[in-house]
This record gives sequence, structure tokens and C-alpha cells, in this order.
Amino acid sequence: MLNKYPLWKTLMVAFIVALGALYATPNLYGESPAVQVSGLRGVEADAATLDNIRAHLEASNLSFDSIVLENGQVLTRFKNTEDQLKARDVLDDSLGRKFSVALNLTPNTPDWLAAIGGMPMKLGLDLSGGVSFLMEVNMKEAINKAKTSMVSDFRGDLRNEKIRYRSVKESNNGIVVIFRKVADLDAAESLLEKRYRDLLIKTDDDKLTLTAKMTEQKLKEIRDYALAQNITIIRNRVNELGVAEPLVQRQGKKHIVIELPGVQDTAKAKEILNATATIEFRLVDTEGDLANAINGRIPANSILLRDKDGRPSLLKKRVMLTGDHITDAKSGFDEYSRPQVNISLDSAGGSKMSNGTKSNIGKPMATVFIEYKPTGKRDAEGNIIFEKVQEIISIATIQSRLGKSFRITGAGSPAEAHNLALLLRAGALIAPITIVEERTVGPTLGAENVRLGFEAIMLGFALVFIFMIIYYRAFGVVANLALAANLVLIVGIMSLMPGATLTLPGMAGIVLTVGMAVDANVLIFERIREEIREGKTIQQAIHQGYDAAFSTIIDANITTLIAAVILYAIGTGPVKGFAITLSIGIITSMFTSVIGTRAVVNAIWGGKRLDKLPI
Amino acid sequence: MQILHLKETVNFMSYRKIAMVFSAILMIASIVSLATNKLNFGLDFTGGTLIEVGFEQPADLKIIRQVMTDNGFADAKVQFYGSSRDVVIRLGLREDVKAEMLGNEILALLESGSGQKVDMRRIEYVGASVGDELAEQGGLAMLTALICILMYVAFRFEWRFAVGSVVALFHDVLLTLGLFSILKLEFDLTVLAAILAVIGYSLNDTIVVSDRIRENFRKIRNTDAEEVINISLTQTLSRTFITSITTLLVLAALFFRGGELIHGFATALLFGVFVGTYSSIYVASLVALGLGISREDLIPEVIEKEGADQEAMMP
Repeated sequence: MLNKYPLWKTLMVAFIVALGALYATPNLYGESPAVQVSGLRGVEADAATLDNIRAHLEASNLSFDSIVLENGQVLTRFKNTEDQLKARDVLDDSLGRKFSVALNLTPNTPDWLAAIGGMPMKLGLDLSGGVSFLMEVNMKEAINKAKTSMVSDFRGDLRNEKIRYRSVKESNNGIVVIFRKVADLDAAESLLEKRYRDLLIKTDDDKLTLTAKMTEQKLKEIRDYALAQNITIIRNRVNELGVAEPLVQRQGKKHIVIELPGVQDTAKAKEILNATATIEFRLVDTEGDLANAINGRIPANSILLRDKDGRPSLLKKRVMLTGDHITDAKSGFDEYSRPQVNISLDSAGGSKMSNGTKSNIGKPMATVFIEYKPTGKRDAEGNIIFEKVQEIISIATIQSRLGKSFRITGAGSPAEAHNLALLLRAGALIAPITIVEERTVGPTLGAENVRLGFEAIMLGFALVFIFMIIYYRAFGVVANLALAANLVLIVGIMSLMPGATLTLPGMAGIVLTVGMAVDANVLIFERIREEIREGKTIQQAIHQGYDAAFSTIIDANITTLIAAVILYAIGTGPVKGFAITLSIGIITSMFTSVIGTRAVVNAIWGGKRLDKLPI
Repeated sequence: MQILHLKETVNFMSYRKIAMVFSAILMIASIVSLATNKLNFGLDFTGGTLIEVGFEQPADLKIIRQVMTDNGFADAKVQFYGSSRDVVIRLGLREDVKAEMLGNEILALLESGSGQKVDMRRIEYVGASVGDELAEQGGLAMLTALICILMYVAFRFEWRFAVGSVVALFHDVLLTLGLFSILKLEFDLTVLAAILAVIGYSLNDTIVVSDRIRENFRKIRNTDAEEVINISLTQTLSRTFITSITTLLVLAALFFRGGELIHGFATALLFGVFVGTYSSIYVASLVALGLGISREDLIPEVIEKEGADQEAMMP
């Protein structure tokens, strides 16, 4: 029979819409203010922590709705933000440095819904309030560092193979080695080519030079590694900040996005994010003449650095160990109650340290703290220029052969030692980073945006609703049903999708979808009217209308989808939100307005003998 | 109910000269304005700092400007944003360090200068390179979108339609950019998003029309291309209008109720939908007609069965 859906098809439509509705419901329950306590530096919150928190809150006469331990975090919900803020202060004071206390908004999703994976949509920063940073990784520095280590690798290799060379130097886009004899050059070429397959090695017999250039592949590896390392380090730093649900994500080739919902005071966040520090251990040059060096005659293998108070020291150019081998650093006190920092190294770092110190027992070793500070100026290629600030933080005599863990003293006050440990633990960056974009949205604006977006959606929806009923009568009601189902499905899918966040432009996308989603129904209904005018029977007209409009609808929607996908690919934050809701809206609207309305139309009018259609 | 009930075929193509002149004038005006006025690029593209603050009482811009000038921010642009309690201060990029610290500093200045409690609504800082990259990426995105769409339409329809729809899209984008340039409206990232949405919408319209033209070329014989296009446009006209109306309705809701932040977005889309509707009727089909679209191009080739002749020869 014409225009009858098999039962399973009707049920499938009903099932999908019901499922969408189910997963959309968590959005109706709202959120309550909460305080989230999580452990820092490997400490996890446990049942004891929970009891501790409960005791502190009860002692301060703060009432709370619930307190639970989840994934190593204790979450306490409150009736109002006033209690929440008080509780935060109380806990911040009483729990100490082992825990971070963060304000949070926790969804009041009922347990049974949460159990099946239901949760409300995530709101973007423009709706929830908070701060987002875009940080740029200085790739030039990353590549320079790689070159520097290549130079010493080359020297080592050539020396080991007893190949004599005049010099090994960094050049613009690689390394240049100059030899004295062609034989050496040839030997070096075959050696280096074998060992470094990711380098392009060229030789010039006349000039006796060998040039090694990094391949695109190698350069990409260096960049990717620098970016990945920075992301890990920033994650650690952000965790130390104590922010609920932070986001740290790669964007493009050299940028990192950091979103800190709820954070208003950006100064502290910036201080921690912006600090780029590393440490190097060098032997002190005891033979060089310090007085001469101060006057500018620095020995070729040495550098002149100063400590915090400006006292100069002459250090060996060769770095014994770099900071990227540091795996952990803790501040504490030595036996004379002086602040110290205990450092642990990875195994490669341990053996380097051990080799470097074994023949130098009794000699002084300097710990150099290196910080890259952005100058705010840019070079010709638009990269930020960094100033390298080097400072000696301690000079100590090597008492014995050092291994994987050792300590350095002389960092100053306990607070400074703590700070140094934190910076060291957060890691030593290969490439310095800077904030290139920052957006802070205050809580009032966020709340206002939610209200405005919601109002616009409701108003747009109401207008289209009324128009469709006036224009298509009963069929208009069917289209409106589809529209409502579409809205429910968009919300349901947005809630389910892990990466999707709702932003203000995203809400605009939903509004736009509401307007455009009826297009499919307009196409179908106009076609049905046309077929009726041409004298087809009612059932044939319905059938033809849906059939003929189908390919048009598909074509029209796919092209819009192409635009949305491209928008998603290039967009950031809020704009990505627009692309997401638009894409989801296009797909769900095709389902509801073609298959969904057909199910309703078939159920009401299909397969019956009709003379007129309320269209 | 029906708004348009056309019994007769409207002779759209007889107005094509007028349409061509009309489009040409608008396009030239847009190009001229883009060349002279340029676009009023927003913070997203230029870089700089923007601070939006809310006052408890209506703010006095003069005092705020004075406070800014007194503290060495003579280049600050101070404007109301939506209401007289809401003020936006824009600063260009500065050579001196810590541009990202400016926001908090200015907030403090305003509190002391105005003697009012100031509510920080948003602070945005965008570095120079970000803006440049964005402009580059945005342009690239639009180009990619156009090429992808061109390929899809060429694959699904015919190259003449593809060229027609891309010319129509180009026309719509150009006019929308022109509007922003002539009215000196701020062009930010959301407007760029709106323009990509305009591309999507306008294309939607164009495809519906092209689809009908293809169908009618197959169905109606013994009429010339011009007449087939007229018939197709007439048949799809009421759908075109209704969809435009529903879309314009929701956009009006966004424009009036969506708030300042998406005003530019709504403006671009409102205008874009108008132009898109017009261009799908005139620009796309005119180009296809001008390129010599004919029935032969759209009828699927009849594939001769191999061996059909031989069979007939058999006794």
C-alpha cells in the first residue's frame, strides 16, 4: 500500500527521538555550586581526605548538600555560591599545599541518568565565563637547540672515528664541517650518512666542506616534539593552579589553547604559564682569569655569568647536564636548615651526571637557571624575540660522584627554593612559549549571553512555528513536530559528544538551523501541492512529493555541510561551536524533516482514500 | 494559505539585462569600497586589546577618555556597547612589553577614575601574528569551501551549473563584504563564520533551482533553454520565498534579541540571505544560460547495449 511505513520504521523514528530526548534531559536539572579538592604532586584525595574536609566544613558551620569521592577528587556541593566561596577559603587554609581547591559548577544530573552516560552540554567560555589563552611555541629556538646538540654529536662521532676536522659550526639551515684533507671529508661523509639518515648531507671537495641539512621530516619531528612537550608541561602547570576542568589542546602548527573556566584573576595564571625556565649544570672554570674576563677577555671555552647579587663567575662552555633530564624536584631543608632542592634525573641524565662528575670530584660545579622572557618584539618572520636570561643560582663543590638523584643548595629563601622546585618539576622547556591571545569573559557577561542565546532560540522557534501553522495548517503542525524533535536531537547529541561545547555563535547556529531546517519540509510540501494541482491522487501526490524532493534535499544539505566542516577546520573556540551546531543541525534536520515527518504523515494520512489534504 | 500562486510562467529571463546591470553596479560598488574603505577589521584580525566593562550607572565617555589619555593611553577608542552602561575600550598593539597585562591595569584605572564599581565583562588580547594568520586562514577557508562546492556541484550536476553556483556565491560574498565595508561595520571572526553560512545558504537555494532546471529539461521537450529556466524558476519561486521568510524570521530574532556580540553575525546573515535569494534566481541560472546550457548536457547518455544490432539481424 502506498504511504505506509512498516512498523519497525515508525518505531525506529520514535526510538531515536526518545533516545535524543533522554540524553537531552540532563540539561534540565541545572547545576549547583561545588568545591572540588584534588591532590597535587602524586597525592590522591582519599576517604581520609573526605572525612577531613567534612570535619573542617562542620567546624565552620557550613552546610553542604552532598560530599563524594570520585576519581581521586572530593566534590562537595552547596546550596548557594556564598557557602561555596566560604568553604573554598576554609579548605584552602586548612588543607595545606598538598591539595588544590577549585570552585566548580557540578551538574545535578540524577544518578540513573549519569549511570547511562547522561550529562548536560558543556558550555564554552563565552557562556560560562573564564579565561582562555593561546600560546605560541618558539619553534626557532627548538630548532636551534637541535642544531646545537647536533654540533656536539658530530664532534664526538668524528673524534671517536679519529677523523680530523678543522671546525664544526652551525649555519643558517644546518651544520657545516670543514676539513683539512679530502680523505677525511670522504670518511666523514660515509660515517655521518650512515649514522644520520634524517639529514641531507652534501660535500664540496674544492672547499673541503660538508654540509648537513635537516630534512622536512626531521624538522617536523622537532616541532611536533616541542609542541607535545610544552603541552605536557602546561598541563602540569595548569593542574597546579587548581582549576576545575581545564582544557589544554594543540592548535595548528605552533599554538596551544588553554581554557580555564571560571578563572577571573588571570594574573596568577599568566605568571605560571609564562614562566619558561630550565636549568643547566656547568663546571666552574678555575683556570681562567676572572678579572680579565670581566674586562672582556673571556677564554674561548668559557662563559661569564653572574649570580643574583651580580657576582661574576667564569664557567666552562660545555654543559654537563641540561634540565630536560630532570624527572622530579622537591624543595626541603638540609641538615643546617638551609633551603635546598632535591633533584631526580632520568637514567640518561644519571649516567651523564655520573660521567661528568667522576673526574671532577673536589671541583666546583655551578647550577645555572635560564629563563626566556618575551621581549614583546618580533623578528622579520613574525616570531617573538626572546631574551635569554641566565643566572647562577648556586656553586657547590662536587663532594662525590653524582648519580640519578642529588641536591642543590643556595637557592635563597624557602619560598624561592619551593618556586624553583615547582618550575623544575613542571619541566624544562625545549622551546619557550608566549601568550599571543587572551580572552577573559566575566561571569555576568557569560550569564547574559546564555540568556540572550536562549531567548533568540525560543523567539526564532516561535516565529517559525506560527508561520508554518498558518501556511501549511495540519502539515505545518507536522513540520513543527519535526522541528521540535530536531531541537531535542541537537541538544541530545551535543550533550553526548565528548568534544562539543556550546558557545554563543553555537546558539546562533541552532537558531539558523531552526530557520533552515523547515526548508526540507517546505520543499516536500510545495511539491505535494504541485502534484495535487497536476491532478494526481492524494496518495500519489504525497509519495511523489517526498520522492522528488529527496535528492534535492540531500544535495542542498551536503553542500551546506561542506561549508560547515571547513568552518570547523579553521575556526577557533566560539566559531568552532557554530560549525558544530550547524553540522549536527544539518544532519538531524535531514532525519527529522524527511524520515520523521514521513512517519507522521504516513500514520495520519497514508493509505487512506482522501479527497483533500490539509496542506 | 499561499502567498504566491502563479498560474502563468513568469518570464524571469526577460529581465536579465536589468538584473545583470543591477548586479554589476552593486559588485563594482563593493569592489570600490573594499579598495578605498577597506574592511573595518575587528580585534580578531588586527590584534590589540579590548576591554568591555559594565557600570552601575550610565557611564560618561568623556571622563573615561580623559582617564585613558591621562594615563598614557591616548590611542584608546572608547565607545558604548549596546547600552549606556556598557563601555568598550579598544587599544592598538603596543610595542612595549606585557601587552597581555594591560587589561587588568586599565580595569584598575577605570575604577579609580570613574569612582564607580566597574564590572569586568570581558578582556580580549590578540597578538599581531595571530590576526595575520587568521586573515590568511579565513581567506583560505573561503577559497577551499568554494572549490569543494564547485567540485561537488560539477560532479552532481554539470560544470555549467557549478560555475553558475560558484559565481553566485562569489557575488553574495562580495556584496556582503561590500556592505560591511560601505557601512564600516566591524568585521570579526563571527562575521567570517556568518559569511561561510551565507555560502551554505545561498548554495542551498541555487541547488534547489538547478535541480528543478535539470528535471524540467528531461521532462519538457520542444522548448528552448530560456523557457525551461523560466518554468523552473516559477515552480520553485514559492519555496524560495517561504524558506527565505522562515530564515529571515529567525535571523530577525537573532538580530534583535541575540545581543551585541552576535549583531555583526546576524547582520551579515540577514543581508546574505537577501542577496542569496536574489542570486539563486538570477545570477546562477543566468551564468548557466550564458555558458550555453542545453538539454543534451543534462540528459543521461543512452548507453547502447552491446550486441543489440546483431540480435536484430538474426532471423
